[in-house]
Amino acid sequence: MPDKKQDLIDQKLQDLNNDGVDRRGFLKCMAWAGTGLVWTMSGGIPVSRAFAKGYGKDAGKGADFTFVQISDSHIGFNKPANPDVTATLQTAINKINAMPHKPDFIIHTGDLSQLSKPSEFDTLDQVLKGASAKQIFFVPGEHDMLTDNGEQYLQRYGKGTKGTGWSSFDHKGVHFVGLVNVANLKAGGMGSLGNEQLEWLENDLKGRSASTPIVLFAHIPLWTIYPDWGWGTDDSEQALSYVKRFGSVTVLNGHIHQIMQKVEGKVSFHTAMSTAFPQPAPGTAPSAGPMKVPADQLQRVLGITDVNYVVSGRSLAVVDSPLGS
Amino acid sequence: MTKNKLWISGVAAPVLIATMLLALSSRVTANAEPSAPAAAVKIDNFVFGPQTITVPVGTTVTWTNVDDIPHTAVSTDGVFKSKVMDTDEKFSYTFTKAGTYSYYCSVHPKMTGKVVVQ
Repeated sequence: MPDKKQDLIDQKLQDLNNDGVDRRGFLKCMAWAGTGLVWTMSGGIPVSRAFAKGYGKDAGKGADFTFVQISDSHIGFNKPANPDVTATLQTAINKINAMPHKPDFIIHTGDLSQLSKPSEFDTLDQVLKGASAKQIFFVPGEHDMLTDNGEQYLQRYGKGTKGTGWSSFDHKGVHFVGLVNVANLKAGGMGSLGNEQLEWLENDLKGRSASTPIVLFAHIPLWTIYPDWGWGTDDSEQALSYVKRFGSVTVLNGHIHQIMQKVEGKVSFHTAMSTAFPQPAPGTAPSAGPMKVPADQLQRVLGITDVNYVVSGRSLAVVDSPLGS
Repeated sequence: MTKNKLWISGVAAPVLIATMLLALSSRVTANAEPSAPAAAVKIDNFVFGPQTITVPVGTTVTWTNVDDIPHTAVSTDGVFKSKVMDTDEKFSYTFTKAGTYSYYCSVHPKMTGKVVVQ
């Protein structure tokens, strides 16, 4: 198994080296994205050289700031794949609270709830209240907009956002943009941003210096992972065309309940594990439904994503860590 | 023992009458509406099955979600729209006009289906 994983990592790095981008140019553009990326394709224990070298008490050391991404809490889900999603979210929060460097904030990339029920949102709030990082930014998942076109979600988590819940903010020189790609979905399609939001995004990025690091986050991946399961966003190309001129772009998504990474030019894409239940790797199961793993394995396929940013070295490290280790 | 038997027949008689009445009333309904057809669509593994269903006018189609994930059945032309169906929940709609009705799951729009009403 470890060899297989190493092979995968080597292959990924090789792919990266053969992508036609001039190495020097690539390194320059990728300086912020750095070398700490985790090249793991699916659930299981992720490995990265940076992670393996010394995650633990030194994690985040030297970083100018750290933030954490959590995703797909699905509060209210109670099927065999995880009968207690509140407990695993709590474990995730405990893990965040135990981090040696307190994150400046948390980003939740959607599917807070299973059925958009008020009681589910209440439970989520209760658990999140215990997080050491008090500021949490949200984008909705499709499960959060099931009943009322997302009205309740917006009231609770979308204060100050535009449209169906998109917004942007700056933090210590980094520009963050939260996008919504789960509203007004069209028959036969995948995720969708829609013209109004795309227009807003274009304006939001206009006039910003190309050296500003950009972080885009949204629920459904903004890159096409597996169209048969709807794992992509129909109009993401348009959105990504607006960030092309920036030297460093990081895209953080959820929805697929497993880690996937890709680097394309100056843009690095990353999907996070769920805090609730794993989903199968693309095409390995009849559907994308919840995957049941033995109970003692569950915490190895759920997790959080910790992002460290170093201004001086302009480096970003995305480190995924499972709940159980 | 005899007393017991009598008690049973005492209960049995009204039950029998009720059953006869029920049979009669259902026959009356059947005569007024020669067929009250019904058809079923199962939502399983993120697929509407059968994906295309052909039914006569007046058919009530019932969708049942057997997945661990909620789904909907929403007509692309706004003819019908189910509430969110969680596991084992159902939605029914009676098609009173001939035509082809395309629909999808508004949560997972890759899931599409068709009801052909003849």
